[in-house]
Amino acid sequence: MIAELGLAALWLAAALALLQFGLALAGARVADLPRMVAPVAVAQGALTLLAFGCLIALFLRTDLSVALVATNSHSDKPWIYRFSGTWGNHEGSMLLWVTVLAAAGALLALVERRLSPATLRATLGAQALLALGFLSFLLLASNPFARLNPAPPQGEGLNPLLQDPGLAFHPPTLYLGYVGLSVAFSLAVGALVTREVGPALARAMRPWVLGAWVLLTAGIVAGSYWAYYELGWGGWWFWDPVENASLMPWLAATALIHSLNVLAARGSLRAWTIMLAVVAFSMSMIGTFLVRSGILTSVHSFAVDPTRGAWVLALLIFYTGGALLLFALRIGSVREGARFDPVSREGALVANNLLLSVILGTVFVGTLYPVAAEALTGEKLSVGPPYFNLVTGPLVLALAALLFIGPLLRWRRDNRPNLRRIALPTIITVAVFALTFLEPMSVLARLGLAFAAGLAVASLLPLAGRNLLRTPLTVWGMVISHFGIALAMAGAAADSALTRETLVAARPGETAVVGPWTIRFIGVDPVAGPNWTAVEGHLLATRGDVTLRLDPQSRYFSAPPTTTNEAAIVTRLDGQLYTVIGHREGDRWQLRLWWKPLVTLIWLGGLLIALGGLIALVGRLRREGKRVRPLVEAQG
Amino acid sequence: MNRKLWLALPLILFAGFVLAVGWRLSTPPDPTVKSRLVGQAVPAFAAAPLLPGRQGLASSTLADGKPRLINLFASWCGPCIAEAPALLELKRRGVTIEALAIRDKPADVVKFLRDHGDPFAAIGSDPVGAAQIALGSAGVPESFLIDGRGIIRHQHIGPIMPQDLATIMTEWDKLR
Repeated sequence: MIAELGLAALWLAAALALLQFGLALAGARVADLPRMVAPVAVAQGALTLLAFGCLIALFLRTDLSVALVATNSHSDKPWIYRFSGTWGNHEGSMLLWVTVLAAAGALLALVERRLSPATLRATLGAQALLALGFLSFLLLASNPFARLNPAPPQGEGLNPLLQDPGLAFHPPTLYLGYVGLSVAFSLAVGALVTREVGPALARAMRPWVLGAWVLLTAGIVAGSYWAYYELGWGGWWFWDPVENASLMPWLAATALIHSLNVLAARGSLRAWTIMLAVVAFSMSMIGTFLVRSGILTSVHSFAVDPTRGAWVLALLIFYTGGALLLFALRIGSVREGARFDPVSREGALVANNLLLSVILGTVFVGTLYPVAAEALTGEKLSVGPPYFNLVTGPLVLALAALLFIGPLLRWRRDNRPNLRRIALPTIITVAVFALTFLEPMSVLARLGLAFAAGLAVASLLPLAGRNLLRTPLTVWGMVISHFGIALAMAGAAADSALTRETLVAARPGETAVVGPWTIRFIGVDPVAGPNWTAVEGHLLATRGDVTLRLDPQSRYFSAPPTTTNEAAIVTRLDGQLYTVIGHREGDRWQLRLWWKPLVTLIWLGGLLIALGGLIALVGRLRREGKRVRPLVEAQG
Repeated sequence: MNRKLWLALPLILFAGFVLAVGWRLSTPPDPTVKSRLVGQAVPAFAAAPLLPGRQGLASSTLADGKPRLINLFASWCGPCIAEAPALLELKRRGVTIEALAIRDKPADVVKFLRDHGDPFAAIGSDPVGAAQIALGSAGVPESFLIDGRGIIRHQHIGPIMPQDLATIMTEWDKLR
């Protein structure tokens, strides 16, 4: 019954999306359209939420007569994983996608009051078309509510790697971010239809992009930390195609946030901003396509199906191809924006956009190069970290250098930028660079540590000489995000340069040394959890007069049969000790031990980047609230 | 470049992307990666006899003018049991089969040959997989056709099943 209710809600939502698109098309002839569209959009959002709630209920009850539950869940699982199992599969995650899309459309219809009625109408039409496409994909090719008759006695279980608290939050957060960018896409399409590209559009788009970007950042940080502790490889970024798929929309959205500031403040960069808005959501769809179609080999290939790949590709061609075509036809007739001097805030932001776009381009090319190469020459190859690190590393350093001076420049023209203000960070950069020669490491790591140290100071400079209590939240947000970048850079460089690794086969009682730590292997014990059994190793780590106990596990899950490594990690102020227990060899056990100085800065920095975005978002919303309210009252 | 072309550039790039991934979707990938050594001489290796009274296998003796099939197997390998009948059939059709026992023990191999048949003219012992790496093999079982000059002509990854016999024989006949 619950399944049928959910399915009916989805069909109704699809009908409403069609109605909304029709209303938008007919809008020119129907007066006061936003008032008619808003209830339609809200009802559509409510119906998809209802459908998603139905699926959650089915998973919580482990209703095995529903095919999706039977193939992905198991009644022995703890309730949190029955809950998160809802989106740990293709159909459920697409339903989540559609739900977020419809909810975002409803919110847009409710709150947007800055745009002209014509642009808003076109935007809501575009949003309805997006929802319609993904709803039809869900209903026709990946029905989450399909029944199984007869129902099996037990479910097949969820991939144990996904049975982790991190998974409960990582995918929904990323999805909120991915799909939040759909609003920027629809706004760009709406503005192209009416040719109204200007500061009002930028101000309407900015909170959506900021919000989506905050969630994307948090989602990527969470995913990175999950991979770090759950996979037991000790790495935090693998340049896996699906990781790249989440990074590419983030890069586009980061560029978009910055170009939106130029458009909002100065009315410049019109065509470029529209293009970025189209690219950002297109990258989200490309990411979905890469994951669903399985055309690239990835550790994330949990939902691979070529038919679904073809569906998503068709949607991608329709939406991205359509938007790009509209761009090519229309943007020439959009009024040009204000001019500016190369040495100015705008100039620095353009440089930022160019660098981010080049990084995006290199990641895109590197990710898809194997497919293109095999299509053209038949040769099989893979592109891995050596390429990505080498190509993106210098570009990130250039971005960091730009961050020293960019935020200090004036708008429009800055004839005499005050270079004395960046003297201190420059000195720190040079000094740290000299210090790195105490340790052997790569040039990239040396420069990374040096620029990270300099940027940590330079990022605070926009606050210098200000009354901190009166500094706008948007400035605080920018400073915190940029400071977070310095921390994340420092963590990444320290991880690549200073990590110490030891691989031993140890008998109980033996010791091994990793970095400053001496580690004694005490022995192993069997342990059992709700749906797994494990071998738990006991280690005592000693440094100076500090002794810590670590208990890494090798876990065996029976449904489906899989072994996972649960690394034991202790965090100290100056780094993390990371230990994994592997196979048994006679009376010895494989132990992998890492000492990773400063590695936690990567995720701490990442969270600060997201926090800065959140603070800027709050600042924007408060300011927009003040600006809009009198207008509404005057109209009312 | 004129402005119109610039504006259409993203569309053109996107079309290239669609063509590449569309091709990949319609042409399911072949997950096997062929050895780069096909077409080249077998790199130097020497595998001592595994069993007393039987020949071993060394790269230096491969260029003796006679073609052969080198089969990499192990007694601990399940799929090797599955391909055993096909190897016996190849021997019946006149293929010279020489083997490398990968990370194996003589007693286990004797039992394996007793249970599943012994088509091998020679069995070299490869205790740490050095010969396996020299041949460019990814795992067991795997088979290589070597021509009379000691050059690798064909690689078969995984067990040889009845449906693979025709291909192997075609390649074999080219070598004679």
